[in-house]
Amino acid sequence: MKMMRNRKLMALGITAALTAGLLSGCGSNTTQPEDNKEDAGEVVVYNWGDYLDPETLDMFEEETGIKVVYEEYETNEIMYPKVESGAVAYDVLCPSDYMVEKLLQNDLLQELDKDNIPNLKNIGDEYLQWSAQFDPGNKYVVPYCFGTVGIIYNKTMVEEPVDSWSILWDEKYSGNIYMQNSVRDALMVGLKSLGYSMNTTDEGQLEEAAQLLIKQKPLVQGYFVDEIRDKMIGNEGAMGVIYSGDVHYAMRENPDLAYTIPKEGTNVWIDGWVIPKNAENKENAEAFINFMCRPDIAHINFEYLTYSTPNTAARELIEDEEIRDSDILYPDMNALMDTCETFKYLGEDAEELYSDKWLEVKSQ
Amino acid sequence: MKNKKNIWLSGPYLVWSAAFVIIPLLLVVYYGLTAKDGGFSLEYITAVTQPENWKALWLSVLLSLVSTVICLILSYPLAMILVRSRLSSGSMIIFLFILPMWMNFLLRTIAWQNLLEKNGVINSVLSWLHLPAVNIINTPGAIVLGMVYNFLPFMILPIYNALSKIDENLFHAARDLGANSVQTFVKITLPLTVPGIVSGITMVFIPAMTTFVISDLLGGAKILLIGNVIEQEFKQASNWHAGSGLSLVLMVFIVINMIVTSIADKDGEGALL
Amino acid sequence: MKTALQRIYLALIAIFLYAPIGVLMVLSFNESKSRNHWAGFTTKWYVSLFENKQIMEALYTTLILAFVSAAIAMVLGTAAAIAMEAMGKKLRTYTMGVTNIPMLNADIVTGISMMLLFIALGMRLSFGSVLIAHITFNIPYVILSVLPRLRNLNPSVYEAARDLGASPLQAFGKVILPDLAPGILSGFLLAFTMSLDDFVITHFTKGPGLDTLSTKIYTEVKKGIKPEMYALSTIMFVSVFVLLMLFNGISSRKSAGRAAGKAARSKKADRSETDR
Repeated sequence: MKMMRNRKLMALGITAALTAGLLSGCGSNTTQPEDNKEDAGEVVVYNWGDYLDPETLDMFEEETGIKVVYEEYETNEIMYPKVESGAVAYDVLCPSDYMVEKLLQNDLLQELDKDNIPNLKNIGDEYLQWSAQFDPGNKYVVPYCFGTVGIIYNKTMVEEPVDSWSILWDEKYSGNIYMQNSVRDALMVGLKSLGYSMNTTDEGQLEEAAQLLIKQKPLVQGYFVDEIRDKMIGNEGAMGVIYSGDVHYAMRENPDLAYTIPKEGTNVWIDGWVIPKNAENKENAEAFINFMCRPDIAHINFEYLTYSTPNTAARELIEDEEIRDSDILYPDMNALMDTCETFKYLGEDAEELYSDKWLEVKSQ
Repeated sequence: MKNKKNIWLSGPYLVWSAAFVIIPLLLVVYYGLTAKDGGFSLEYITAVTQPENWKALWLSVLLSLVSTVICLILSYPLAMILVRSRLSSGSMIIFLFILPMWMNFLLRTIAWQNLLEKNGVINSVLSWLHLPAVNIINTPGAIVLGMVYNFLPFMILPIYNALSKIDENLFHAARDLGANSVQTFVKITLPLTVPGIVSGITMVFIPAMTTFVISDLLGGAKILLIGNVIEQEFKQASNWHAGSGLSLVLMVFIVINMIVTSIADKDGEGALL
Repeated sequence: MKTALQRIYLALIAIFLYAPIGVLMVLSFNESKSRNHWAGFTTKWYVSLFENKQIMEALYTTLILAFVSAAIAMVLGTAAAIAMEAMGKKLRTYTMGVTNIPMLNADIVTGISMMLLFIALGMRLSFGSVLIAHITFNIPYVILSVLPRLRNLNPSVYEAARDLGASPLQAFGKVILPDLAPGILSGFLLAFTMSLDDFVITHFTKGPGLDTLSTKIYTEVKKGIKPEMYALSTIMFVSVFVLLMLFNGISSRKSAGRAAGKAARSKKADRSETDR
């Protein structure tokens, strides 16, 4: 009897050990890149989740010998406190427009040395002008991706033309609507459909928007960020609020999907690379940003992400004409400017007001 | 082996526990009872009564109670069948616990999305059988299901162990004395397995009540449980005081749970083999 | 009829427990990157998996973490269990109480409390902090696996060995350890598996750049899980399953997971210990 016990245990032990050995063997082979170039140091990158092709990180390490320590965040709001606390010294971040403004106002960024980023020349002028709105003189930010926020809908489930946010309140589609799960985008939909600015600091207007969202909540199937894309592909819902960059991928997987920018206007956003003040490897950070602006690399990332790239040289490399000149990826900015806005940083009080209102919606 | 000299062997462990179990918990107490300026304050404990926190707490208690009851109802007959089938506890444990764990718990929970979605696996099977579809994804129902799925084994095992310890002769004696099977169950089986049931309840209720992952993955972020609120306070708002305050409220539940179990299991037999 | 019903019930529970695992296996062969869309059969994810540096690194971290934490917990836990056998009632009650805390406490509270400690100490959240956290929640599993074995030891064997001239260490190595080995090993395996499957505590104690499979999956959820992840899980699951089968694991033989199960089931288990 005892023998048996031991045998059985041995079996379990060997099983675990073998599996562990087998798998870790595979793992360890790939974890040690170029030992010989170790002295080039490292660069700590804090980026949006899945916001570049991991292959480009390998290419960067191989070419420069700089090791990339890579960390991801889901929203600007999660990223900010980590940077502010300084517990970790990040070297490169990729915040959105309004978050750049906030970082700047709190003196958390440092100026880029443009001599170290010659590939900056590949970024289109119009995008630099745009980012100059929150970064006067383009001293701190190198644009990386931009886009709009709109409604993705399934043509087989939605009959009427979709041109307004108001369709998200149509009871016909109860249980088939997806909303964004982040403070500003969610309240933006409410504010815009009421005809207010999405940068309002008026408590009354915000309260109205929050009430509108609370009224909508029973119709909403769920609040998500990027999962909306996959759910729409799988015909799980009729419509959802989505980032334009996800639309082409979704339409390729499911031809019944379509995208529209509501007539009331929406958020036109731009994300860019910045270097925090407490960065420990500034030169490596600039080398990283420069690398990301190289046309071939920007193109690889575009193919991976399908978010609109402000890198004109990379856009030239897109083979598919339909995508290169797509209205969804590259809308006519001048036409949008009447109704659309870019998020602004509104100060701490307003920020708290926004998150209070959002919590009010979420906890209903 | 009862050598008194051996006591020093616990030294490293006790030092370890003091450093990494006791002191961390005291830190939670400290943060929960102080305000941002460092002074003593009950502000973050009483924060639990704010409507949004209160609602989350209430929902957590409700959903985890429902899950615990469902687990109990499912587990008892299962444990009885397993005991009768004389399945060895070893293979049962491997089947229930060890093997599924080699498939990551987050992935297993995400897989429930695929099963439950409108066009998911279950609804496909139902429509093939011409049965009406179930639409519970992103509702409290899906969260309850996720809880039952994840914590069911924690209910089955203690009941199984309590059952397998009952002396067969008791049943024979009862039968001989004229008890029918219902009477035998009510008078003998049930009372003798109470300790097992109680430990099962503790083991399911606390993890279910404090989860934030299951509600996140299966609730469509429409439903906030107390675990979600605490997680957000730490990971998003970086408000450690608020997060610790709510954690202290959770610890009250944990302590109550411990006390209830130890009362129900006074002789200390229940949870053992 | 009655046994048929019982069989059906067993089968239903088995389906309930294993259906998600089946789904994940199927997804690992899906051509499309989207979870909701079946686009045909492919084995390409099983190839690209080994080229995916991030997943491989997370796997490596996960396994090293599980192995090292289980090993250290095994040593500390076994020593503690032996000491507890020698303790008087009161001391033993306290020790058992401390052991029960990580098992009874909610994971989220354990994770938060350790994060607060590491930050208070000014420690960088990294592999070290996660390792300490894993060791901490692993030790009780080892203790609870070893204790019942100790209780069944025949003390006179040890005495006999000593009388025959063995030093205490020799006597321990030759007589006690072989008897304890199954308990120690199952404690180790249980600890290994628990560490492998942990998400919540790692989530709170990890720092940037460090990912285990669990935390990697959690960040991927928002963007859509990479199919390589399904492939990897399938490989891990199937290899453990096959090896268990090969060793005739799921047979009617008693015991293997017995001590293990005891610990797992009764996180809070040895209350009886405290009462003794």
